Amino acid sequence: MTTTTAAPAQVAESAGVASAADVAALIADAPVPRPTLLRTFSAMMAREFRVLRRNAVSTFTRAVMQPLLFVFVFAYVFPKIGGGFRLGGGTAAGAAVAGGVTFSTILVPGLMASMLLMQGIMAVTFPLVMEFSWQRTIEDRALAPVPIRVLAIQKITAGAVQAFVGACIVFPIVLLVHAPGQGPHVHVTSWPLLIFILAAASLLTSALGLLLGTVMDPRKMQMLFAVILLPATMLGCVYYPWAALHDIRWLQLLILINPMVYMSEGLRAVLTPVLPHMPMWAVLLALVGGTAVFGYLGTRTFTKRVLN
Amino acid sequence: MTGASGYALRTEDLRKTYKSSRGDVPAVRGIDLAVGSGEFFGLLGPNGAGKSTTIGMLTTLVLPTGGRAWVAGLDVVADPVGVKRRIGVVTQNNTLDMQLTVAENLEFRSRFFGLSLREASRRAAQLLEVFGLADRRKAMSTDLSGGQAKRLLIARALVHRPDVLFLDEPTAGLDPQTRVNLWDILRVLHAEGQTILLTTHYMEEAEALCERIAVMDHGEVLASGTVNELKDGAGAETVITVRYEDAVPADLTARAGLAERPGVRKVEADGDYVRVFTREPDGVLGELVTAGSAAGLTVRDATQLKPSLETVFLTLTGREYRE
Repeated sequence: MTTTTAAPAQVAESAGVASAADVAALIADAPVPRPTLLRTFSAMMAREFRVLRRNAVSTFTRAVMQPLLFVFVFAYVFPKIGGGFRLGGGTAAGAAVAGGVTFSTILVPGLMASMLLMQGIMAVTFPLVMEFSWQRTIEDRALAPVPIRVLAIQKITAGAVQAFVGACIVFPIVLLVHAPGQGPHVHVTSWPLLIFILAAASLLTSALGLLLGTVMDPRKMQMLFAVILLPATMLGCVYYPWAALHDIRWLQLLILINPMVYMSEGLRAVLTPVLPHMPMWAVLLALVGGTAVFGYLGTRTFTKRVLN
Repeated sequence: MTGASGYALRTEDLRKTYKSSRGDVPAVRGIDLAVGSGEFFGLLGPNGAGKSTTIGMLTTLVLPTGGRAWVAGLDVVADPVGVKRRIGVVTQNNTLDMQLTVAENLEFRSRFFGLSLREASRRAAQLLEVFGLADRRKAMSTDLSGGQAKRLLIARALVHRPDVLFLDEPTAGLDPQTRVNLWDILRVLHAEGQTILLTTHYMEEAEALCERIAVMDHGEVLASGTVNELKDGAGAETVITVRYEDAVPADLTARAGLAERPGVRKVEADGDYVRVFTREPDGVLGELVTAGSAAGLTVRDATQLKPSLETVFLTLTGREYRE
């Protein structure tokens, strides 16, 4: 063995890397790995926040632009441009305006729900599609010493945190941006309930994001907007309370399959109780049940995609 | 645990069949491998031989459809987390975290393996130094050259002193100079006692690095042993191939008396070529040219391969090696 121990010193030099002694130290001093589920999970979360911090400007812009523009147009531009401009005529929104409730009041819970969905999907689906395609960089974390489903749960958690923060950003925007007298009337009926609904809704959108990211064909990503994001938002009781749809009964029933409806309505119940809203039991059932179903399916498809 | 003890890595009739719309596609058809601790073992075969699938199964990312495999004594299906703790994997693709810097790639991998913040940054600094990447520590991993990325991949696989280091086609697509540098790094690691399993479709790479080699094709191990054992066993002969302008008459080889020459083990004639496997190659080529012209054939092309892994492959499969 004398020849094999002598040779590396020369080869290491010629390779432009450190000497054989350094390599020996690399192996001899190697720290003993003591991974635990919690440590690995925390490290993966830390990695997400490092990336978010690095992309702070784009992350922030992504989270602010949508609510800012919506609120600007609906709560500032519309009230300014028309003395006679009446939102929605005879609809509940119109009635609410007529009844002294500003449209921005209707918009607060709806916009938050819409942000939850956007952020949940942006934070989970898009990166995931990248990680699964081309170089399969997902293998980097799949080789971490935890079961694959823990990696799935970690992705849901990280996405949920972003969705939660994204929804909260709506608050200062709606409170600050509006024409005189057009501010929203927000009255939190229960803080614990509000936080629970936000957390459950964040988990739900993030779990949905995971499911979509594992089943979507990367070449058909545009379909995500046409088939999921747009219908979910436009028919998600963002711009009108669910009760206001009673004249279009078929639509009112059809959109019950849309998880957005329960997010908007649940937030309406705890934030703007002056407006009609769904019963709380229906909201909680849908949010918790939806999270469980999407979480289960997403984790399953994720594990299947990682392990082929 | 039956077949596992005493080996760094072992497989028993390991199989993988992919289901597809056109029916089952067998990728690995029952292979038996045994790699000792500290050994540098090579899986050699052309693209599509089943090497990457085999590595995938050993590193827990591909689920076997039959047989068993153990790494560091642990069953890869029953205890994937235990196996992942004990292995380092250099994937064929560049699976570096594109969102992180060079140093962060190592720091976070260290933390995934349970190191504290301080241990992780110390380990990362040490690895960057040894792998000549210290001056690139703050670069994004996407900005690395192919060779640097490969070095970082290897460094990343070593954060936790793995029992077995897996390298899947580590030098594919690299320029010759970078390839030789990587070979040197791997030699140093091996000399320091690191168990390594490497797949490659480069004959000379397996020959230059590996103590033992398993030759794979179409999902099966055709032969395994040291390079010398393989040459002695299956490919000790020089292989002489002569192609003619026209089809070879059926009785050409018989008339030339090739099979009766001393040292000749086999004579093949098919279509427009004759191939001779012999331990005593002197004069055979001339004989083939003479026999051809006697039969009115003009030689188009002639090759003479000295005993090497290439002749081993040719002998085992009857096909020329395709890289």
